[in-house]
Amino acid sequence: MSLLLDILSGLCLAAGSLLCITGGIGLLRLPDFFCRLHAASINETLGTPLILLGLVLQTGFELTSAKLILIALFILATNPTATHAMSRAALHAGEKPVGDGHAQEESSSKP
Amino acid sequence: MLLAALLAIFVSMMLILVRAFAGPSVCDRVLAVNMFGTKTVLIIAVGGHALGWTSYVDVALLYAMLNFVGTIAVLRFFESTLQEPPA
Repeated sequence: MSLLLDILSGLCLAAGSLLCITGGIGLLRLPDFFCRLHAASINETLGTPLILLGLVLQTGFELTSAKLILIALFILATNPTATHAMSRAALHAGEKPVGDGHAQEESSSKP
Repeated sequence: MLLAALLAIFVSMMLILVRAFAGPSVCDRVLAVNMFGTKTVLIIAVGGHALGWTSYVDVALLYAMLNFVGTIAVLRFFESTLQEPPA
């Protein structure tokens, strides 16, 4: 049972770490603010609870794991909210999504 | 595996820091600082667990709350200056 929990926790930690690094690379390399927001928010909203879940599986049935679950739930609730607020502020500030004109051309050329 | 997770979070924090310094607009910097705060929560939680300091989970919880409130406050603060001038 302990071995199974260790393997599951290791898998969760590895997946969360991979998502963290992917979010960092996406934040650095994507061309546009909205693309960066996409990469950052999605990777973070999944990766942070995965790492915290890995910690919960290692901790076991204690008060500390309840606090860790509370952090994960809080981040799951607040991270999309902050992302939404940032995207709305950027849109009001006049940030243009890359490739917007191309999409409009395609939609207007369709019958 | 805990050490690998700490290393991955650290590498990701460095990448985010590059974007926070190089970001062309204010929104990029706000996004990078918000992400950096979430990674700080992670590094506090994982590091505290690796060292056996269970009380650091409380610090991580408080930091998550302060990070969210800080991001919203900064966005409210810049809301008036970020408005596009009417063309």
